[in-house]
Amino acid sequence: MSTRVEISGIGIHPFGRFDGVTNTDMGVHAVRAALTEAGNPRFDAAFCGTAYGGVASGHKVLGALARTGMPIVDVEAGCASGGAALQLAAGAIRAGQYDCVLVFGVEKMPKGIIRSSFFEPWREEAGLAATPAYFALRAQRLLREAGLTKEHLADVVVKNRRNGVHNPNAMFRKQVTAEAVLASRLVCEPLHLWMLCSPNEGAAAIVLRRADNGAGGITLASARLRSHLPGSVLGEATPLSGIDDTDITPPSTLAATDAYEEAGIGPDDLDVVECQDTDAARELLAYQELGLCAPGEQAKLLASGDTEIGGARPVNPSGGLLSKGEPLGASALGQVIELVHQLRGEAGPRQVENARVGLAHTVGRGANACCVVVTR
Amino acid sequence: MPARAISDGLFELHDDGTIALVGGYSPTSGRYHFPRLDACPFTGAEDVETVTLSSDGTLWAWTAVTAAPPGYVGPVPFGFGVVELTEEKLRVITRLTESDPAALEYGQAMRLVADTLPGDGGEVVTWAFEPAR
Repeated sequence: MSTRVEISGIGIHPFGRFDGVTNTDMGVHAVRAALTEAGNPRFDAAFCGTAYGGVASGHKVLGALARTGMPIVDVEAGCASGGAALQLAAGAIRAGQYDCVLVFGVEKMPKGIIRSSFFEPWREEAGLAATPAYFALRAQRLLREAGLTKEHLADVVVKNRRNGVHNPNAMFRKQVTAEAVLASRLVCEPLHLWMLCSPNEGAAAIVLRRADNGAGGITLASARLRSHLPGSVLGEATPLSGIDDTDITPPSTLAATDAYEEAGIGPDDLDVVECQDTDAARELLAYQELGLCAPGEQAKLLASGDTEIGGARPVNPSGGLLSKGEPLGASALGQVIELVHQLRGEAGPRQVENARVGLAHTVGRGANACCVVVTR
Repeated sequence: MPARAISDGLFELHDDGTIALVGGYSPTSGRYHFPRLDACPFTGAEDVETVTLSSDGTLWAWTAVTAAPPGYVGPVPFGFGVVELTEEKLRVITRLTESDPAALEYGQAMRLVADTLPGDGGEVVTWAFEPAR
């Protein structure tokens, strides 16, 4: 029986655009809230997810709180940075190294199409560093292989934005119609503007502690990060040396398999899922990668209503990244915080009834993917 | 001044205006890749030979980029996609000469061409694929 890791405090700074507010300001807000909720414990280490934060982002936050002295490590794994930080923290607690660890993430994304040092200068000059275009290629492929249409993509946006109306920490809180989604500006066929999440700003924090005795509270049952296998690259939009991913398991499936195994569950045990909807097709791809449906069964699952709040297994009750926007270092932790609210039964109008097992899923540049299972 | 290649080692430009992509092939892994690397990206094998890749392929995925991505000063919209080389079965990320996605179809024949773009300090030459018919 492995050590139980408990989530004993959560805190979030809303996701959006906040001129004049620094990463440190947002981090302080989220960390202070999480520590307060956890009873202001002494923590043995801190892991901070960030991709664009710069040198010692985590240190600056804890310096501003006069809570330094312990190891403070910034963690970068693209969009999965927060999930990677969570895995490191949980692993250290399970290994007996630490009793209490602070995990947080901060981000202020540059505006516009994400500029990434991932791409060589010549790729930028050739126009090949067009992130939404890679998403579009993947989306087109999924539509073809799974028998989906742009209308299905619009349906995902409508579902998530409907949920986001009830999330006070989301950037977009207005309900949209499928017609309006399809009428929004075409970014890269088949993806229209409202089918893409908006890179933005925010912070999130989670306090983990060893809880050897007794039940109660929320358990971090698993947090597992995996990277892509050689040849499997279009999975996260960053092909480098030719693409050859037929029959190569994508990182999301690798991470989900590990997470299910560690938590001792399967996809059928999930009550609620927060998944990476950087674009609407990315959510539909996640359905099959995470085992929520068989490959090609997305249309059926979507039409069944099972992924809606009130359905058998709601996906993105928070509104997803399509509503919240995506601050890379904080987004995975934001998903886990949503699951904690759901499992505590404090999610208000977006509450998933009697949620006991939740999965959070992020995919990041690299490619990599992280899956986190929380239970109560 | 002649236009410069967008980067060294990506392709050969011929006097007759044709272009050929330069990739890598590892006999140990039996796999091609592009651009050429020092180790096979599929297996890590270091016996990479420099090879000239075939210039015919089929269209595997495509879209159009409608707003200039970071670091790009060329025209928009432009075609963007994946072409599978017929001989090597290698899928290459590429610019496409066709910027209207509706004018393209899955599996159609494509061929390699040189493509000239405005760049910092003058024109640059890169590659693109165009419909073969």
